[in-house]
Amino acid sequence: MEFLTAALSSDILAGLTEFSQSALFVARGTGYTVALILGAMILGLALGLPLSTFEVYGAGWLRKITWVYVWFFRGIPILVLLFLIYFGVFDIIESTVYKLFETRISLTPFTASVIALGLASAAYQSQIFKGAILSLPAGQFQAARALGFSRSQAIIHIILPQAMRLSIPAWSNEYSILLKDSAVAYVLGTMEIMARTRFMTSTTFAHIRLYLLAGLLYYLLTWLGVKVLFKIEAKTRIPGLGHDAWRADDQLVLKKRDLF
Amino acid sequence: MSAQPLLEVSHVSRIIDGKTILDDVSLSLGRGELKVIIGPSGGGKSTLLQCVNFLQPPDSGDVFLDGQSAREMSRQNICAFRQKIGMIFQDFNLFDHLCARDNVAIALQKVKGQKKALARQRAMAELERVGLVEQAHLYPSQLSGGQKQRVSLARALAMDPMVMLLDEPTSALDPELIGEVLNVIAQLSRSGMTMLMVTHQIGFARHLTKEIIFMEAGRVVETGPPELLEGGPEGGRAAAFCAKLAEVTGR
Amino acid sequence: MSTWEFYKEFLIPATNKGLWVSIQLIVPSALLGLILGLLVGAGRAMGPKSLKKALNFYVAVFRGTPLVVQLVMWFYGLPSLALILEGYLKPLGWPPIWQWLLLSPYAAAVLGFTLCSGAYQSEYIRGAILSIKKGQFLAAQALGFSRSQAFWSITAPVALRLAAPGCGNEIIYLIKYSSLALVVTVVEITGQAKMVASLYFRHLECYLLAALYYLAMVTVATLILRWLEKKLAIPEPARE
Repeated sequence: MEFLTAALSSDILAGLTEFSQSALFVARGTGYTVALILGAMILGLALGLPLSTFEVYGAGWLRKITWVYVWFFRGIPILVLLFLIYFGVFDIIESTVYKLFETRISLTPFTASVIALGLASAAYQSQIFKGAILSLPAGQFQAARALGFSRSQAIIHIILPQAMRLSIPAWSNEYSILLKDSAVAYVLGTMEIMARTRFMTSTTFAHIRLYLLAGLLYYLLTWLGVKVLFKIEAKTRIPGLGHDAWRADDQLVLKKRDLF
Repeated sequence: MSAQPLLEVSHVSRIIDGKTILDDVSLSLGRGELKVIIGPSGGGKSTLLQCVNFLQPPDSGDVFLDGQSAREMSRQNICAFRQKIGMIFQDFNLFDHLCARDNVAIALQKVKGQKKALARQRAMAELERVGLVEQAHLYPSQLSGGQKQRVSLARALAMDPMVMLLDEPTSALDPELIGEVLNVIAQLSRSGMTMLMVTHQIGFARHLTKEIIFMEAGRVVETGPPELLEGGPEGGRAAAFCAKLAEVTGR
Repeated sequence: MSTWEFYKEFLIPATNKGLWVSIQLIVPSALLGLILGLLVGAGRAMGPKSLKKALNFYVAVFRGTPLVVQLVMWFYGLPSLALILEGYLKPLGWPPIWQWLLLSPYAAAVLGFTLCSGAYQSEYIRGAILSIKKGQFLAAQALGFSRSQAFWSITAPVALRLAAPGCGNEIIYLIKYSSLALVVTVVEITGQAKMVASLYFRHLECYLLAALYYLAMVTVATLILRWLEKKLAIPEPARE
């Protein structure tokens, strides 16, 4: 125990002021991490919603395309996806733009990270929404059609508003997964929490304290995000919406998995 | 004017998975008429109603509303066609994420493109007609079954339908709640609404309708005045069915 | 050098080499993680209160922080702890036990994967055990089973079957997250792809091939697990 406290209180080269400075530097990465996750979640939502409706209501070929998308982006590691987009795809985009317009553009690691995390999240979110849509009684769609709604009107105005509310518990799970995946983006040099920690440990050698700090920041962010989503769910709650059992079950899962 | 029926169902057949659900069904409704369809479950009554507004397009045959063929309509026109046909479901199918008022207003807003304020005003007027102004802000799960069915009547009426299809509107209700829904339907009929109704409420049917349609195994077996239902087990098929029903319900 | 030659001579052999390393990472980590998850899950469901608290803390920490952070902690953080230990213990004449903290890249990766996946696995095990009705256990005791007999012959087999889908999923995740071994310098599929890509400047192809290898592993594992799940599933009454 004595050794542990020793490790915590004084790493070999790190003085107290130096540590607080580097801790501040690391903590400032929180903004990047949050921006990264928000960007990825919004991109994932924007793609995941249509994907889920394609999968449930789409024509055969549309469903096949959706299936391939989900299979691909759920099956490859986030790390490989980051490399693939930043080094592979961005390179091609940059050189094509140069050939066509003779201007150099440079796409940032941050953009690559948002796109990679967002594309992967879209695959997961589409499955969340799909589950929610399928859990709605078939009569909802039928009643809308009987009133004269077109297919797309019925989906947009009747089905999706219900499905999205039902998805909030599963969404908070997705948030905590994204948060942890966002740390991988440091490999591209996106200056979020993890990248800053690695950078600081390489100069100050205060490894243990800085990693513990990073871990603590991630832990707090998870806790905070789940709390916010809980609030949103309570705010948008509609009495008796959806199958009560399904909801109750999911909230149990939420409590266990995300509040630890 | 009276020569042309308002709604005409002409030789409609429907086959699902190789099973014939509807077999060459024809019927017609004049303006202001109420006709009642009765018959054993699985006889194709619900499918018939869903074929009438093309929720399930019939495999053959056609439906004419005010002389216009539904089969020749484009997809968009089918949506407009459905607006003119109000439908009431056995299990209400109210939109669970909207309060009673918005359940009535949403189709006015999104399908008819009315302004929100106007749609809500109309919704409140319709809720008043069915006696549910007080409940306007409640969600479906907070309403009783009878109230739910009345909201769904208001929802259909707000679209100014020419015809109403009612698919066993009281079957999912507790006995003490059936009355309030039947009252609204009777009122509607008296005010001249054209209606096609599937029901097991024989007494109610006898009281309000001039014609009973008896369906069995996807076919119209008998049609005639309410007296068709009398005569007990020795009468026609409809009368026999009625006698059996009375035996079960003890009436 | 033609594209085909590049594939045949460099990219595919390199990726195959990486695949073998990946398998060497995944298989032990998955097995050890599952065993750890079983023990921790059982402890959290049925252990004494203090044990429950300690295990809950372990799970909270390992599920609440990113795996990358854990991996660098094991690989780069432990040596700095070792240095401190050495400073204290060497003067006292202790044998050099601090050297145990200097993990090889492979050991750090397997340790990181096992501890993280064990935490997640324990969630499924715990959930499954808790979902078994108490009556089952009581019925077994009423038949004369001892407590441990009742656990091993009634609770455990049922819990395993209930937890199987979740645990299987976790193994799929592990396959994908094994790519993170790159950050502790283990050269598996991703590492090989990165090396070849930067050597020949053919990023797109290298990473696409790596992606395909992972897709293949995930797909095969999914099929196997689905088959197992079906075999293990307890027949349920069909829902309406």
